[in-house]
Amino acid sequence: MSEPLLVVENLKQYFKISKNYTVKAVDGVSFHIDPGETYGLVGESGSGKSTIGRSIIRLYDPTEGTIRFDGRDISGRLDPESRSYLRTKMQMIFQDPMACLNPRKKVSDIIGQGLDIHHLYKTREERTEKIERIMRKIGLAKEHANRYPHQFSGGQRQRIGIARALIMQPKLVIADEPISALDVSIQAQVVNLMKDLQEELGVAYLFIAHDLSMVKYISDRIGVLHLGHLVESGTTEEIFDNPIHPYTISLLSAIPVPNPAIEKNRKAIEYHYETSGIDYTKGEPRTVSGTHRVLATEEEFKEWTSKNVSWR
Amino acid sequence: MRQKCLEIRDLQISFETSAGMVRAVRGIDLDLYKGEALAIVGESGSGKSVTVKAIMGIASSNQKTEAGTILYTYEQDGQSVTKDLLKMSPAEMRSRIKGTKIAMVFQDPMTSLDPTMTIGMQLMEGMIRHLKLDKKAAKKRAIELLEMVGITDAAKRIKNYPHQLSGGMRQRVVIAIALSCNPEILICDEPTTALDVTIQAKILELIADIQKRLGIAIIYITHDLGVVAKVADHVAVMYAGRIVEKGTAEEVFLDPRHPYTWGLMESVPDITAEKTKRLYTIPGTPPNMIDLPDGDPFAVRNRYALKADFIEEPPMFPISGTHAAATWLLDPRTPQDVVEQMNPSNGTRGGNRDE
Repeated sequence: MSEPLLVVENLKQYFKISKNYTVKAVDGVSFHIDPGETYGLVGESGSGKSTIGRSIIRLYDPTEGTIRFDGRDISGRLDPESRSYLRTKMQMIFQDPMACLNPRKKVSDIIGQGLDIHHLYKTREERTEKIERIMRKIGLAKEHANRYPHQFSGGQRQRIGIARALIMQPKLVIADEPISALDVSIQAQVVNLMKDLQEELGVAYLFIAHDLSMVKYISDRIGVLHLGHLVESGTTEEIFDNPIHPYTISLLSAIPVPNPAIEKNRKAIEYHYETSGIDYTKGEPRTVSGTHRVLATEEEFKEWTSKNVSWR
Repeated sequence: MRQKCLEIRDLQISFETSAGMVRAVRGIDLDLYKGEALAIVGESGSGKSVTVKAIMGIASSNQKTEAGTILYTYEQDGQSVTKDLLKMSPAEMRSRIKGTKIAMVFQDPMTSLDPTMTIGMQLMEGMIRHLKLDKKAAKKRAIELLEMVGITDAAKRIKNYPHQLSGGMRQRVVIAIALSCNPEILICDEPTTALDVTIQAKILELIADIQKRLGIAIIYITHDLGVVAKVADHVAVMYAGRIVEKGTAEEVFLDPRHPYTWGLMESVPDITAEKTKRLYTIPGTPPNMIDLPDGDPFAVRNRYALKADFIEEPPMFPISGTHAAATWLLDPRTPQDVVEQMNPSNGTRGGNRDE
């Protein structure tokens, strides 16, 4: 059994707003990602899913907990060697492909910037060759290299974002809502591309999204996040076939089905944390079956597993 | 009896840019009936937003309306009046139509609300101006409206500023403002795209509920087919500035006839289905609207394109009284048994899901 690529243990990320007010964006989350797999992180806005991604890649300094990436501890102070390793082997794709590309740079320079910073080529020709190879992989022509971001459509821009991440030959890519800003038909293209590249390069993804139908399609395993707590986790099949936590069920039932005959008369199952009487800090992860775990107290666990809720 | 309140005929809108004329809307016919919801579906750049902005009389400076009429029928002093919105002066639009008869809900509630005004003031503004209410009456109605859109403790909430509310709450406020002057038509431009799925479901249920209760007509613009299925009575699918298929929601979803509609339906991952290896994608990208190719602009992305598609743009072929699609596949000269086999909703189409 090989060691997981990324192990996150009891991660806490607090933001101190004032002397007596602290936002607990992430409050004790643990999960792991194996090499070459896709882990989907879902939840509503404010659930802390983006914060987790940013803490892992160290855009934030974690308040507590450990993050192990490829056998190294990357949660504390980073020595220059670990930092350089982290900055190449872990990459990020952002939500808004217009905002994350420098509008004054040519596409070839945007894609090649990581190579420049980390001195990953010996000659000019090697740099050009690497950039052209990755552009071919994401479906852009050589002629596109000298254009600027505004000359591309949204889907193409997101491809450039993917190319910029993958040229570093990362082991893990954190994709923070990479398709939410795209049209339906383009979403499918980008997701298919990400899947193809994963098969070819063996890269692992942390796929952060609120759209469960896409997450189901791309992920091997899923973690459901609510208010900074991982309320349920398991393989995609376990989560979709047998959701246990009431929040997961409400999330699943909120997805509209593209069929008016069904959708017109269907109401989403509601879930209110404040009135539900559930206290996330009291529960602990309990195993349902296999890798399927749910955050619950003993009574809650008994109650939830005993009833069979249909969310469709 | 269904009452027509909006009739768009042959609407053509272009934009002058340094690169050339962008033909954003190329001849659109649409009808909206009282108390019904119409959804306009399409990719970015298909012209859906430009169309509804034309209804509202919102135009950018380089926009040119080349042709067409937008006939709006409404009751005035017990009589039915029909007016062409495109011929109205901006002042007349502002005092008679915008915000009163026709109201709009925009995509992002943070940018459509004024951050320096309380939500109460923003609600009252329109009512004082259009309905000539005094401040006290306007405030009373503002509270009623907030309660109607499901905001609890409304009397206190009207003193809040937009930043004190969550995204879903803000969109509720925007809807309340839109409803404040009793509009007959409510236009929702991607009302839930900026929101989470759970909140999206609630906002859609709210709009559908208001539609039923107040009997107003609603136009939705969206690219999310799940949303369309939930709310729409009628659907119009747009591509490259034209309507390629329209009909009732049942007709378009359960019996789509245009290859573009097939593609759209298939690229939505089905959450109830087993995990498939690949998602279906429509190959290629939307066309350049400055330099449109000959024939049907969708032909190059259409794997069922006929030779005719590359020569001439297909007209709308009626399928039933309400259902029509613009594809040569529906021409009686096309062998229909071949078309039958192509249609994925018949479930007979063979294996290759990739381009």
